[in-house]
Amino acid sequence: MLTIKVLGSGCANCKRVEQIAHKVVDELGIEAEIVKVTEYPEIMKYNVMSTPGLVVNEKLVSYGRIPTLAEVTTWLADALQAA
Amino acid sequence: MTTLTSPSLSHSNKRLYVTLGLAVLAWLIAYNLIQPLADWIAYTALGLARDSHFGESVAFFLYDVPKILLLLSGMVFAISIIRTFFSPERTRALLGGKREGVGNVFAAMLGIVTPFCSCSAVPLFIGFVESGIPLGVTFSFLIAAPTINEVAVVMLFGLFGWKVAGLYVATGLVIAILAGFIIGRMKMERYVEDFVWQIKSGAGQTLDEKLTWADRIERARLSVKEIVGKVWLYVVVGIAIGAGIHGYVPEDALASILGAQAWWSVPVAVLIGIPLYSNAAGMIPIVGVLIEKGASLGTALAFMMSVIGLSLPEAVILRRVLKMPLLVTFFGVIAIAIILTGYLFNWIL
Repeated sequence: MLTIKVLGSGCANCKRVEQIAHKVVDELGIEAEIVKVTEYPEIMKYNVMSTPGLVVNEKLVSYGRIPTLAEVTTWLADALQAA
Repeated sequence: MTTLTSPSLSHSNKRLYVTLGLAVLAWLIAYNLIQPLADWIAYTALGLARDSHFGESVAFFLYDVPKILLLLSGMVFAISIIRTFFSPERTRALLGGKREGVGNVFAAMLGIVTPFCSCSAVPLFIGFVESGIPLGVTFSFLIAAPTINEVAVVMLFGLFGWKVAGLYVATGLVIAILAGFIIGRMKMERYVEDFVWQIKSGAGQTLDEKLTWADRIERARLSVKEIVGKVWLYVVVGIAIGAGIHGYVPEDALASILGAQAWWSVPVAVLIGIPLYSNAAGMIPIVGVLIEKGASLGTALAFMMSVIGLSLPEAVILRRVLKMPLLVTFFGVIAIAIILTGYLFNWIL
């Protein structure tokens, strides 16, 4: 079971990242919880200064841009292997 | 593993560079074809008279729209490539040891090249302040980053030439440096929301991405798609209105209202500019023809700075971390600086 966090206070790009995460999770058919982190003190714990950020199992994988489906697929697969 | 993948990687790299080379070539050919093509469509294909108001407006529109869109795509691509070498994290590290003064100058200049989106203004503010960067230096960055943005600079360059674009960049830098410095001197730290000072960011985690040239090109391509996709309609509408004014309004018609003699024109232009934020790309072509019709350059520059630099949505976002007195000071200092620049240019030009 993966925990995926989308960091950002509800900007348009943050929603896009959330959609991409949902899509990849569905495509891979894995169990994952997708959490939106919108509070700044919480976001800053990941040392992220440009949103949207993406965190997989507490590991920061991307920030400040919208990652591609392929990238997210790789990160999720890596996290599954590590777990 | 790496040896296995590297041949195919270099092959795809070669393809990428060939594609890039072809794109540059196509860009150059297109850019040189716009003027004859616009004239041909307006005067030959549509058969409009060369000295008619309508013919002039149509030719102006057909020339300016593709020119600006091509310039935007090309320049945004180039700027985005440069920006892949910068990040807010790197900028914060560069600003770390700097004192006020020198720090303000550095912050304003880094504001131009660091990727920035106003939706990230709050985490960026917290990240800077929390790492010990002085408040005034942080503000210099927060003023320069949105004001001197690629869309505005490219449109100024395309419609007014490099002198006005350069003047705009230089003015933006000076305002960012001075306003940040003044705010820093006012010692307003207590007007930053208290929770900001309590945040401790996870110092352990940083993401150090190793980007290849293929990555940088791909990211630049995506940002061209995103930015041009967002502003093209404003550009077309703005140029259409501009073309209408260009063809129909007589020269010097606006000199009495928007000329250098009307002292109140600068503050009024700045006030009108504040709510127009999201339409910066559409406003610039209109301002262009207003100057042609007698508006003074200082008033026009002040108006554009206000449209781009004084944004209500950003004020709302920043309210999360700034208490009212500091927020008002922040906007007030920038507004006064813009008005003074407007007067200065009206006076010296």
